[in-house]
Amino acid sequence: MEEFWYWMEVFVSGTLQGVMYSLVALGFVLIYKSSGVFNFAQGSMCLFGALGFVILLEAEYNFWFALLLTVGMMIVLAIAVDWVVLRPLTARPPITLFMATVGLAFFLEGLAQLVWGTQPHGLDIGISDLPFEGLPISISRFELFAAGISLVMIGVLVVFFHKTRVGRALRAVADDHEAALSVGISLRMVWGVTWAIAGIVALVAGIMWGTRLGVQYSLSLIVLKALAVLILGGFNSISGAIIAGVIVGAFEKLLDVGISVATDYQFGGTESFSAYLLALVVLLFKPYGLFGDEIIERV
Amino acid sequence: MIYRQTGLFVTSYAKDMRMFPIPQDRWGIAFVLFVAYVIIPVFASEYWISTIFTVVLIYSLAAIGLNLLTGYCGQLSLGQAGFMAVGAYAAFNFAVRLPGLPVVVNFLLGGVCAALVGLLFGLPSLRIKGFYLAVATLAAQFTIEWVIVSFNWFAAGNMMGAIDTPRMVILGWHVESVTDKYLLTLSVVVVLAFAAKNLVRGEIGRSWMAIRDLDVAAEMIGIRLFPQKLLAFMVSAFYAGVAGALLAFCYLGSLEITSFELLVSFRILGMIIVGGLGTITGSFLGAAFIILLPILISNVAAQFASTQVTQFTANAEVMLFGALIIGFLILEPLGLARLWRSLKDKLRLWPFPY
Repeated sequence: MEEFWYWMEVFVSGTLQGVMYSLVALGFVLIYKSSGVFNFAQGSMCLFGALGFVILLEAEYNFWFALLLTVGMMIVLAIAVDWVVLRPLTARPPITLFMATVGLAFFLEGLAQLVWGTQPHGLDIGISDLPFEGLPISISRFELFAAGISLVMIGVLVVFFHKTRVGRALRAVADDHEAALSVGISLRMVWGVTWAIAGIVALVAGIMWGTRLGVQYSLSLIVLKALAVLILGGFNSISGAIIAGVIVGAFEKLLDVGISVATDYQFGGTESFSAYLLALVVLLFKPYGLFGDEIIERV
Repeated sequence: MIYRQTGLFVTSYAKDMRMFPIPQDRWGIAFVLFVAYVIIPVFASEYWISTIFTVVLIYSLAAIGLNLLTGYCGQLSLGQAGFMAVGAYAAFNFAVRLPGLPVVVNFLLGGVCAALVGLLFGLPSLRIKGFYLAVATLAAQFTIEWVIVSFNWFAAGNMMGAIDTPRMVILGWHVESVTDKYLLTLSVVVVLAFAAKNLVRGEIGRSWMAIRDLDVAAEMIGIRLFPQKLLAFMVSAFYAGVAGALLAFCYLGSLEITSFELLVSFRILGMIIVGGLGTITGSFLGAAFIILLPILISNVAAQFASTQVTQFTANAEVMLFGALIIGFLILEPLGLARLWRSLKDKLRLWPFPY
């Protein structure tokens, strides 16, 4: 029984961690759905937002005021990216846009660290990382809180996408650019809004992960894990991102602990790549991920 | 008038098909080779030879490899440094476990091992392309890193894949001094660069370009997509592997797995974007540019020396690297190679206005 609870604990903590991956992956999906751009800079945006936020907090600003300021900053950033990078590159092949966002990732990382320094900052948002008491397994308060925040974000986004005018415009563009244009939806506005939302999602993800790991350079590497989540879930499915995040989180934890135990702790650290292998295997059978739209296209 | 493409009358098929049909190009290549083989070893300082020329050559080779795959065949790969690691560690193991092999054979065997691993990770290109494939190649990067670190057999029992490369001997020639290492690197790179140049103008290269431009159309004219893509992955990984082996043996000497981290893959990608996708010249120009730029920045920054200068330059470099990628994609998608070409076009008329 003891053993069962141990594995259960591994599973739950993996799952909760997975929800946090989903949060990062969500930013990708938003941009990919509406503009077809695969935004590699999402992780750097997390770093950028979180670093800005933590600096404001350390300058003794009020929590909510700092949050508001950073949200404003992310919106300005989104608009700037749209103007400087995306507009000149309209109608270029998607792979070019992808490489441009790789460049953007480096630029943002450099900028954030140039302005705010490279030393890691601790971020405390007032939720302890201690486990609940009285349960057979230990679940961290913070992980549960982060998962909750993620779910709230997702809920808000779903309502936004389905109930508001702008949200519907976004979905229209995602379905068909030209049809959306023809009914009078401004693509510019939609892309700006998408990037702004993705920026805010990145900020929230950055704050969550920053609380976990400290706000530092490695934050931008979370993006790499999110990529595996993305290919597993499909690039253009919000629910896919969520479910795949949970699957990846649980899978990599269970596999890592499993291998460690089975080999008497000789091998560990499979977390760095197991998610990719899982995604690769799935890709061989479902080339558009578990939930992605199947575009019929010969390869 | 100096650089002419007209008035060349060939009298045999062999001459018609040669690699550089224009005499000025041939002189140019001969001159570059002369500078590389004679002038640089004689006149350049040891610092320049070891930290700049050798490194630029090695990364050019890796960039050529990626350019074959991405620039010619259109398959984006983010795992080039992983394949370099395979080449480096394979060459190391051949050198340590089979002493007596000429070191060049070790390099080539390293390349072959990398090619086999490349074949394995090229398999997903059967089903996927574009971003999905790019992300899938990240799997190569991380898996290779993990395997080398976890199974310390690869590093002859050392932790973190730390290795010291053994001495290099080729048929009695002890490659020890900086200049020797430079010359060895140069020779390998020159041979492989000419091989690549030849490859891309032949049937294989043309098939790759057809696949890059439109895969369905390529299939219609009878190109078998999957074998060709796999071949591109293998050749690309082979070049990366040899480059990795050179990096380990001729430049670093002692290294850890961190020498082949993901960032290196991105740097190589940056090199081919800045240099020019789908050109061999561009791979050299891009590698030189990306490697020289940080050195230039830190030298400029040294003029304004202050306490925070190193941190500042490190971040400014990263920023500039990103800005360059974006800038080149927007302003000159064909890279430095295109600028070079424009220059040659100008030279065709010069000094006459038209």
